[in-house]
Amino acid sequence: MARTAWPLREPLIAGDKTPAQVTIDISRPLEGRATPLWWAAFLVSLTTLFVGMVAVSYQIKTGIGTWGLNRTIGWSFDITNFVFWVGIGHAGTLISAILFLLRQRWRTSVNRAAEAMTLFAVMCAGIFPIIHMGRPWLAFWVLPYPNGRGPLWVNFRSPLLWDVFAISTYFIISAVFWYVGLIPDLATLRDRTKPGLRQRLFSFFSLGWNGALSVWNRYETVYLILAAALATPLVLSVHSIVSFDFATSVLPGWHTTIFPPYFVGGAIFSGMSMVLTLMIIARKTMRLEDYLTIRHIDTMTKLVLATSWMVAIAYATEFFVALYSGNELERFVFLNRAMGPMAWSYWIMVCCNVLVPQIFWFRRMRRALPVVFVATILINVGMWFERFVIITTSLHRDFLPSSWASYTPTLIELATLAGSFGLFFTCFLLFCRFLPMIAMAEIKGVLNAHLKPAHGLEVAEVEVEAETEPIAARSVVGGLEEVQT
Amino acid sequence: MSSRHFVSIFLDEDSTFGAVLELRKAGFKIREVYAPYAVHGLDRAAGLPRSRIGFITVAAAAIGSLAFYFFQDWVHAVDWPLNIGGKPYSSAPAWIPVVFETGVLFAGLATVLALFVRSGLYPGKKAKLIDPRITDDHFAVVLDILDSGFDTDQVLRICNRHGVGAVEEIEVPSKNVKRPTSDIATLEVWR
Repeated sequence: MARTAWPLREPLIAGDKTPAQVTIDISRPLEGRATPLWWAAFLVSLTTLFVGMVAVSYQIKTGIGTWGLNRTIGWSFDITNFVFWVGIGHAGTLISAILFLLRQRWRTSVNRAAEAMTLFAVMCAGIFPIIHMGRPWLAFWVLPYPNGRGPLWVNFRSPLLWDVFAISTYFIISAVFWYVGLIPDLATLRDRTKPGLRQRLFSFFSLGWNGALSVWNRYETVYLILAAALATPLVLSVHSIVSFDFATSVLPGWHTTIFPPYFVGGAIFSGMSMVLTLMIIARKTMRLEDYLTIRHIDTMTKLVLATSWMVAIAYATEFFVALYSGNELERFVFLNRAMGPMAWSYWIMVCCNVLVPQIFWFRRMRRALPVVFVATILINVGMWFERFVIITTSLHRDFLPSSWASYTPTLIELATLAGSFGLFFTCFLLFCRFLPMIAMAEIKGVLNAHLKPAHGLEVAEVEVEAETEPIAARSVVGGLEEVQT
Repeated sequence: MSSRHFVSIFLDEDSTFGAVLELRKAGFKIREVYAPYAVHGLDRAAGLPRSRIGFITVAAAAIGSLAFYFFQDWVHAVDWPLNIGGKPYSSAPAWIPVVFETGVLFAGLATVLALFVRSGLYPGKKAKLIDPRITDDHFAVVLDILDSGFDTDQVLRICNRHGVGAVEEIEVPSKNVKRPTSDIATLEVWR
């Protein structure tokens, strides 16, 4: 086989790492003492979480009259936050499942942290509809269980109930996927940690993993099934169902068939930005520059740019359709969004989501970390406002001008939003401190990825028949060795 | 009665791969390979069949979906028929989201459970390790030493050609030996 059978590629991981070095580098943040920077970030997050808990306790005790809602605007801050957080979660599944399916091997540096982010974001999302129920201690009534009230069943025709199923399935499957991915790394930590509580915990949760190939064989199959067959359609379904909360209503501005793809695109857009924000912080504070390279940042910003165009096209389409439809109410809602009393929120959305990402056309901007950091934060502000625009501006000018109203969030609502960020970052920082935030076993498998052929040449594709024809892969493997020597 | 095994330790994936292929070519049956990470294609090279866990996924998805299809139908058309917007009591399109989600939920949980059961993984299980460095960066290839016809010299020659790190013969008391379930058994070997 010729030496130039495939072009040379940039390595995925910088610094010529060996597998042993990978173990050392990624276990290091877990094994030493926490850095002052970590403590500072943790205390700030914990304080914010505490503020949020006080606010939540107060509003549960007093009732949701403590919010700025009124008869016209029945959904605003809470549902905005809910949709925002669910959207953040989507990038985790995109990276772990869809990019796995597309054989994007760079994802191995990011997937563990992104999946953790998914879990924490869905936890944050769950808080808001539960509080919004008004009597959260009866939240279990949304589950269809035989009860003493008839039994009175839930309404399976309601998109709000579909949400219950979608979000809880999403949370459970994401948690399982994340845990399955962690098992080999927990075993690695078990075998290098000194005896003690941590070692016992790693041992308990690593399920007796010993690296046997027969188990790896099944494990890989299960990982593929979870990613390709289950998580990929699941992540697309979840935000589609969230969008049904609006799209199945008859309200102008909500009643749109474009919503499912529009929401999924937006979710991936905002989630990718959040992953970038977290990764830029993590690579600096945890000294993981060799694993989260500039190349990773560059690739992810390209995804942000692509999804920003999906969102931009959705904005343009819904506006055009509203104007072109001849439907007076629909037209009014959209003109009101862009020119009415809440136009400021609409234009924040457009600036942050459509204009800001355009700097990523330039390679220098994609590789300038401070630029990427600021841009991704702006995008998340923009995506929060997108949900605010959809929900609040569609409601605030009702069909009857006499019931037109405005909306200002109360301090309680602001504190709850802040608290959800506190919860998110507290969980994330704990995760970085106690679990390997990069999938070691997966990184070790791609260390030499750039030296190997892409597809079609892979040894795996060559069937090795059991006893009779032991080696049909000989020639291919021979070629591989030749290139590597 | 006890069984004897030949363990060779390798330091990287390429030498393990080469040794496994050549050992099999020479007619040795590979009992098990231990690896710190999933080496693409090594399972096939060692003669492992494709896992059939996918069938469990499909079956569980079907059970979850069908169960919740009929449950929703029963709730809204039989147990408590409720006229909602004049729609038919049994309105299949409205059941689709929940049917999809429960299908995924059942399938995901069943697949992972099948992995754990089939591989004998459970919380708190004590790992039986050939070498503690297996979960870091070492590879181990384990062969059965049968009474007749185990050519140690040949194995050593092959292993040496692929840069073996260490070799060792170990003996495992028979009470711990499970019956092999496939070409390469799920037997776990420990010192």
